[in-house]
This record gives sequence, C-alpha cells and structure tokens, in this order.
Amino acid sequence: MSDTVIRVESLGKRYIIGHQRNGSDGLRHVLQDKLTAPLRWARSKAQSAKSKAQGAKSEEQSASDASPLALSSLPFAPRVEEFWALKDVSFSVARGEVVGIIGRNGAGKSTLLKILSRITEPTTGRVRIRGRVASLLEVGTGFHPELTGRENVFLNGAILGMTREEIKRKFDEIVAFAEVEKFLDTPVKRYSSGMYVRLAFAVAAHLEPEILIVDEVLAVGDAQFQKKCLGKMGQVSKEGRTILFVSHNMTAVKSLCGSALWLDAGSIVASGEAEQVVSDYLQNGAASLHEQEWTDAASAPGNDKVRIRSARVFASIANPRGEFTVETPLQMEFEFWNNIPDAVLNLTLHLFTIEGTYVFAVASSASPRRQGLVSEVVRIPAHLLNDGIYTVTIQVVQDSSTTVYIHPEILVFDVRDSDRAGNWFGKWPGVVRPKLEWLSDDDTVIRNSN
Amino acid sequence: MQEMKFARELANGLQSSLTLEVMEEIIIEPGRGLKHYWRDLWNYRELFYFLAWRDIAVRYKQTVIGVAWSLVRPIVTMVVFTLVFGKLAKLPSNGVPYPILVFAAMLPWQFFANALSESSNSLVGNANMISKVYFPRLAIPTSAVVVSFVDFLLSFAMLLILMGWYRFVPGWRMLALPLLTVLAFGAAMGAGLWFASLTVKYRDFRFIVPFVVQFGIYISPVGFSSAIVPAKWRLLYSLNPMVGVIDGFRWAIIGGDTELYLPGFAISIGLVVLLLASGIWYFRKTERTFADVI
Repeated sequence: MSDTVIRVESLGKRYIIGHQRNGSDGLRHVLQDKLTAPLRWARSKAQSAKSKAQGAKSEEQSASDASPLALSSLPFAPRVEEFWALKDVSFSVARGEVVGIIGRNGAGKSTLLKILSRITEPTTGRVRIRGRVASLLEVGTGFHPELTGRENVFLNGAILGMTREEIKRKFDEIVAFAEVEKFLDTPVKRYSSGMYVRLAFAVAAHLEPEILIVDEVLAVGDAQFQKKCLGKMGQVSKEGRTILFVSHNMTAVKSLCGSALWLDAGSIVASGEAEQVVSDYLQNGAASLHEQEWTDAASAPGNDKVRIRSARVFASIANPRGEFTVETPLQMEFEFWNNIPDAVLNLTLHLFTIEGTYVFAVASSASPRRQGLVSEVVRIPAHLLNDGIYTVTIQVVQDSSTTVYIHPEILVFDVRDSDRAGNWFGKWPGVVRPKLEWLSDDDTVIRNSN
Repeated sequence: MQEMKFARELANGLQSSLTLEVMEEIIIEPGRGLKHYWRDLWNYRELFYFLAWRDIAVRYKQTVIGVAWSLVRPIVTMVVFTLVFGKLAKLPSNGVPYPILVFAAMLPWQFFANALSESSNSLVGNANMISKVYFPRLAIPTSAVVVSFVDFLLSFAMLLILMGWYRFVPGWRMLALPLLTVLAFGAAMGAGLWFASLTVKYRDFRFIVPFVVQFGIYISPVGFSSAIVPAKWRLLYSLNPMVGVIDGFRWAIIGGDTELYLPGFAISIGLVVLLLASGIWYFRKTERTFADVI
C-alpha cells in the first residue's frame, strides 16, 4: 500500500449565488418564491407547449428543460446563478511531504483547504485522507477577548481538538513559545496584536496531527514572528508530518516546501517541484516593463514638486538576442520634471527581486537643479545580477535627506541565465553573481607582495 | 498449491486490514455524512464542557455581583407572578404557598426559555469558529443548553431554600425529578436544535424566537395551574410539550393531591421525543452547509 496520506479525486465546489434583489435572503422572499414557483413553472410549460404547437425549436427547449442545469425551470426552485470555486482538482500527497499551494487571490486555495479540513462539503469528487488533520486557517479562532491568556489557551486548544490533558502537558511549552508568561492572567483584549498572534500560533503549533494545513497565517505578524513560525513548521516537517501550506510569500514556499501546486480560477495550472512551480507562477504574474513614458506633465506620476516623465531599461551594448542575460550590461534612464526652484536633488534607485528581496540602492550625486526636465542615467555592469526577475523603485531626494517622491515598481525586467559550459545546470544561488577572480597557487607575484 | 495461494492472500488481507486499522481513512464526499460522526462527537466531548464554561465565565467577567445575577431573574419573576396571579387575580393554588407553586413551574420554564434563546443564536454567534475550524457543530447548541442547565441547577438550589423558608416538606415524588429533568432537557434540545439550524439560513428566526418565548409563558402553566383549564381544551392545550413537563415538575415538587393529567403527559413525552429526534435529523442535514451559509 502506497504511503499516500491525501488523495484528491476530481474535486469540485460550487457556490450558488442568489440574486439579491431586495434582500432576498429573508424568509418572506423564499416563501414568496416558493409560492409563485408553480405559477412560473406552469407559465413556462404553457409557453413551451405553445411553441411546440408552432413546431419551432421545440426540441431545444424541451431538451434544455430536461437538463439538470436548467434549475430555474424546475418547480419550487429559486432564481440562482452558479459559481464554481474549484473545478476538477486532482492530486495526491505522500506522507511527510510539504506541499505549497500558491495562486492569485480568488483562485480557490482557501476553498480547497476548507474542504480538506471538513469545514465545507465538496459538490463533486472526493477526498481520501489518512491521519488526523489539524488546520490553521486563521490565527486565534475561538479566542474570546474577555478571557485571560491562560483560559484562552485551554479554550483554543480544545477547539482545535486537543484534550485537556494534552493542553495541560504542553502548557508551559506553549507559553514559552509565545513569550507571554507575564501576561497570562490578563484578559486577551488587553494584549498587543503581536502578543495575540504569537499566543494563537503557539497553541496551534503544538498540535500533533499527522497532517497540518496552514493558510496564509504568515501574513499576520512581524518578521520575528514569521521567522518563528517558519522555524516551527520546518521542525514539524522534520518530524515526518505532512504539511499543506498556502502562502503568498514565495521565499517561504521555496524554502519550506518540496513540491507545490499552482491554482488558478479553481483548477490546477501546474504542480511539481516547488522551485519550478514558483518560478512559473512568478514569470506569469510579472509583466515585464522595460519602458514607461508620460508625455503629459499634468497626468504624469508625482506630486506638485516633481513629476516623472520616463523610465527605461535597456542593454547598453546592442543585444542580438533582445533579452537580458547575466552577461548583459544594463543601462537605466530616468527623466523627471522638477518644479522646485533651486533644489539640490538626486535620484536613488532601489533594486528588488520579484520575491521582494532588496538587492541594492544607489544614489546619484546631489547637485542643484534648474526647474524643468532633469535626466539621469545609471549603468549596471554585466556579471553583477543573478538570473531572476527584478523590479526597480525610483526615489527623488532633496538635500540628500528628504524624500520628495517615490515611485515603486516603475520598471520590471527579467535577467536570464547565460549558456553555461560544464556539467551542472541547476539554478545558481545568490542574489548577486559577480565574476570574481580566484588566484591559483602559481601566482607567486601576488603572494609575495605584502 | 491452491491452499498456499489462499493462505498468502489471507495473510496479505490481514496485514492490509491491520495497517488500515492503524491509520483509518476518512472519505470526504458530497452527500456523505461522516460515518464516524458519533465517534467524533465522543472524541470532542471536552469541547462541550469548554464551550459551556466559556459562556458562563464570560457572562460574569467584570461584574460586581457575578454569579448572583443568575438568581435574580427567577426570584424577580416569582415575586411578580405571585403578586399578579396569586394576589391580584386570586387564582387557586390548592393550599400550597403560591410562591412555591410558581417557582416549581418557573424552574423548567426558565430552563426551556433560556435554552431556546441561547441555542437559537448560538450558531450565528459562533460564525467565526464554524467557518474556520472543524469540530462537530452539535457542540455549539448543546453547550448553550448546558449553560441554561447550570442556571437551572442554581434555581433548584433556590427552590430548596424557599421550601425551607415556608417549611414545606416535599414528598417521595421528588425522586421523579431527574427523569423530568431529562424530559425538560430533551424539549430544550429539540426546540433549540430546530431554531439554531433555521436561524443560520433565515435570520428572521432571531426575531421569531423571543416572540415564541414571550407567548409561550402565557400558554404554559407557569403563572397558573393546569387545573383551571376547562376539560374540553385540555387535549389541545397539552399539545404544548412544556405543559407536560411543567405539570410533571409541579406534581413532583408539590406533592399532596396534585393530580397529573396522564393523557396530556403522555402526549408531552411523545412530542418531546419527536422534537428531539427531528431536531437532530434536521441539524445533521443542514450542518454541511453551515460554513457556506452562515
């Protein structure tokens, strides 16, 4: 018997969107609908009978009336519209796997998790799960603000499925993880949001399920908390438990997950190794933006002090392939209108990877500018950046200290890997990839110079 | 040859069934209620306690007199009813102190009324938990009824004190009280489950329930004794399940020559069982859609 702990077969989830005309959720409208339904049904039957007598397209009509999807033609059915949040999703997860589930908002990730957690029922398909499941879909579910930290730990633990004995046993660990020993006996409504989130996660982190399902809980909390959460989840996965992890933080997904699933509009677009799926997802999402120009000063981005006219990135040496590789030296040009008289301005360029890692910032020299169009050029040498997708944020600074205007993600570009000699073709690690010289033993000149 | 093959297959079968035993498979499918629902309920039994404890603890946080508040309502109602029905309307009480007559009926009625109000709002009030965590949803309305039961026990203690005050000695019929309590519990649970599931989808019931409770107190023998109901209306009147329960409580507590109208009582028991069974059925049926509709 294979070691599959989760097997999902053709899963589908349909939501019925009622047409909320005048608050049609109430009892009155349901009763009204149900009472008038026979009239509507009779009317539609009369119409189809009439058209049958006329012999025109009666087959189509009766066929559509018979189809199960023609809900509105059945008697006693309310007026509805269908929305499929998940469509024919199939995958399987082996024991001990850490699977990342990524996708845009509204792709169906949370719905999938809800079905796996048995919170809601699927419309089609089925799921087979082996092992105890614990889900963390929201941090602090069941916490009551009037109760103290201690009381909430017990309450939350019980809601998540722990017995009182278990909670008592792990109580000290939980409190130590959350670092709220001093405030255990104050009502949770007095906690700072950080303490609240730490305590909530601490309880959930000490569940011992075979399968752990986590939904974007890292979106809450500061960097230290996120580090702690990731650390704990890594520990949990080392213990051999299976984890399903939904996140928008691609770095976390890549570092924690071995494989990933990309969901879009309810279906699986890609699945496989985490790195590959994440990179596909990012490539798809990031449109490349090599050039932007605003000819009309009034509508150009900026404020009443400066307005950006254009931003461009291009290869500073004519590039026959037309794409940037790690060997392409790049040039970026920025133009802006300056409306401040006698201002000492400079531009600062901030470069980020698409995952949000800060690569570097470089400032031009501050000098007095006239009012009018200012243009600046910066060059990035070849063999500096690693392959990946980058975004540029441009900042206009006055007197080397005050920010006049910031325009985030004004440019987006992709640096590709160059053709490599040798036998290894994996992804080169690191944010930068400079070509630095190694000096060999034979180079006695260098060694002997002190 | 055949035997060996058979033996091998048997061994394999045993082995795979053993591994299945260790890691039981749960199948999630549309329309399939969880096979192990009742076992799940048992696994989550401590949750019932915790939810009830939470509601009670929260009720009296930051109050001065705390738990004493749960005694205020029955006492005040008893005083008012004694004045209105006993002194002003001069309804007969068969020689029993009127306060005890009223209190004996107040006990089950307050339990039922509170349980109904609390449990019908319980699901909607815990909407957050329902849409984010899995646990048997039955725990929520049940814990609401348990909370009202705790109030019931406190009121019962009050009743004993009241009996002491009036030097009223109860008879052997008091032994029937546990059974009658179970009956009251069943009525509260049945009605509570119905209204809880209905309120999730149709919020109108949030307004219907207080009306039912207010109306109910006049058609149940709380302020008056069932003896004054004319014989021709007796059977119709007994269709209210609480009539049997309250009459039973009166019969047990007051003793003496209080008669129990047996046909009415039998109807009440039947209705309570029906209410409870149908309540559980409807709850289980709609439970699957709670997270989507709430």
